[in-house]
Amino acid sequence: MNIVLASYILLVAGLANLLASQKSLKQSIKDGEMVYQDFCLQCHLAKGEGVESVFPPLAKADFLLQNVDKSIAAIKYGMKGPVTVNGIKYDGQMVNMGLEDEEIADVMNYILNSWGNSYDEQITVEKVESITEE
Amino acid sequence: MIKLFTYFLTLVVSLNFFSYCQDRPDNPPLIESPEEINYSYEVVVDELEIPWGLDFISENQLLITEKKGILIYAEDGIKSEISGLPDVYVRGQGGLLDIALHPDYQENGLLYFVTATNTEGDNNGGNSALYSAKLNLDEKKLEDLKLLYKATPNSKKPHHWGSRIVFDNQGHLFFAIGDRGDRDVNPQDLSRDGGKIYRLNLDGSIPADNPFVNNEAFKPEIYSFGHRNPQGMFTHPETGEIWINEHGPRGGDEINIVQKGLNYGWPVITYGINYSGTIITDQTHKEGLEQPFYYWTPSIGPSGMAISSSDIYPDWKDNIFVGSLTFSYLERLVIENSKIVKREKVLDKIGRVRNVEEGPDGYLYVGVEDLGIVKIVPN
Repeated sequence: MNIVLASYILLVAGLANLLASQKSLKQSIKDGEMVYQDFCLQCHLAKGEGVESVFPPLAKADFLLQNVDKSIAAIKYGMKGPVTVNGIKYDGQMVNMGLEDEEIADVMNYILNSWGNSYDEQITVEKVESITEE
Repeated sequence: MIKLFTYFLTLVVSLNFFSYCQDRPDNPPLIESPEEINYSYEVVVDELEIPWGLDFISENQLLITEKKGILIYAEDGIKSEISGLPDVYVRGQGGLLDIALHPDYQENGLLYFVTATNTEGDNNGGNSALYSAKLNLDEKKLEDLKLLYKATPNSKKPHHWGSRIVFDNQGHLFFAIGDRGDRDVNPQDLSRDGGKIYRLNLDGSIPADNPFVNNEAFKPEIYSFGHRNPQGMFTHPETGEIWINEHGPRGGDEINIVQKGLNYGWPVITYGINYSGTIITDQTHKEGLEQPFYYWTPSIGPSGMAISSSDIYPDWKDNIFVGSLTFSYLERLVIENSKIVKREKVLDKIGRVRNVEEGPDGYLYVGVEDLGIVKIVPN
């Protein structure tokens, strides 16, 4: 009986700890919007629409939604060279903007849940930390 | 009823006017494309990301800063990396910025550079700093690194770090720091960094005749203030004046001729509006605040700036050249009677033009993002 109770307490404490250490998705999206406005909006524009053939769109963008890890890597390390987004070719460079891992998680959550995009998994700081340069 | 409707309409229109402001009409002269292109270009250093700063040891020996924090030495187009930089804080528009050789570089081997950095180890972001160093070219490294100036406070804001470095003929060095995204706090406050042009002696000491040395509350390195984000600067070869351009808000980019102790007005007066379309101020003029030499409406995103003083390009002598980040060309500005009378596109669609310098051989060298250093060659 005591063992069951102890396990239960440990489980609850563990869950509470996990919940407390991770930002809610709602808060992360909110923080990500600020990051987006400071670092991304200038090229990808206010509704993630981009500029055809110059800056790829993020709204309903097949490349983004099918390559989440690659997209995180692009923000973390920069990206260069040809890429096709929604059937249109882009061949520019995006440089590393110097975002912290938490900011990358937040801005990814914002982008993945805005302008008609949806993604069923929250991007965590741990996830961003785990992404390495190719 | 009609009267009421008219009243309502007037109210709506005027409310609209106060919350949103139209862009100003385009400021003449309007940009032109040349009827005939009488130059070509060659890429003298290739494969560069953001070639922010450039200076010349000789016409074949270039020092180039990459914004991401790399100092490159290129000899006849072959690149190698120079080690020994301090920690570069790469964030938004900040990173490794301009570089300039000491006027007596051939004798003393000294150079200066401006970088975004955090020297305090406080994890609060960064601010712009000016360093000097001695270049050991044999071992491709910087030695005797000296921090000459570090702006405070650190900030994680990605905006407006400046900067360029130029010299006058009286032993002074000038550099710029932008408003760091805090326009309501920094540019008009002489006790704070940001939104200023600074003047130092070549050894980093403060000139005794700087304009604000006698007020203890003020930063004595400041030479002029009320700037937003200067990223182009040159010393006029005939008059010795310090010319700058600065990124304005939407429709408010400017050229200013910087004079000691004067206030260039940001953000009290401006020809621009916020990029979101909202109004900053309805004032373009105010007593005690300097008018720009020229302002760009629409904005071009002005980067580096140079004057062509050589006879290499016969039609371009004494013209001013400014890179356009927004429109991906180099702009040629013709001045007559202290007025800009003509603006023309050079190297149209070449890419985001980050920098332009006149080399020791009199040719114009242009730093283009995602391309490299380009030399303009007349036909």
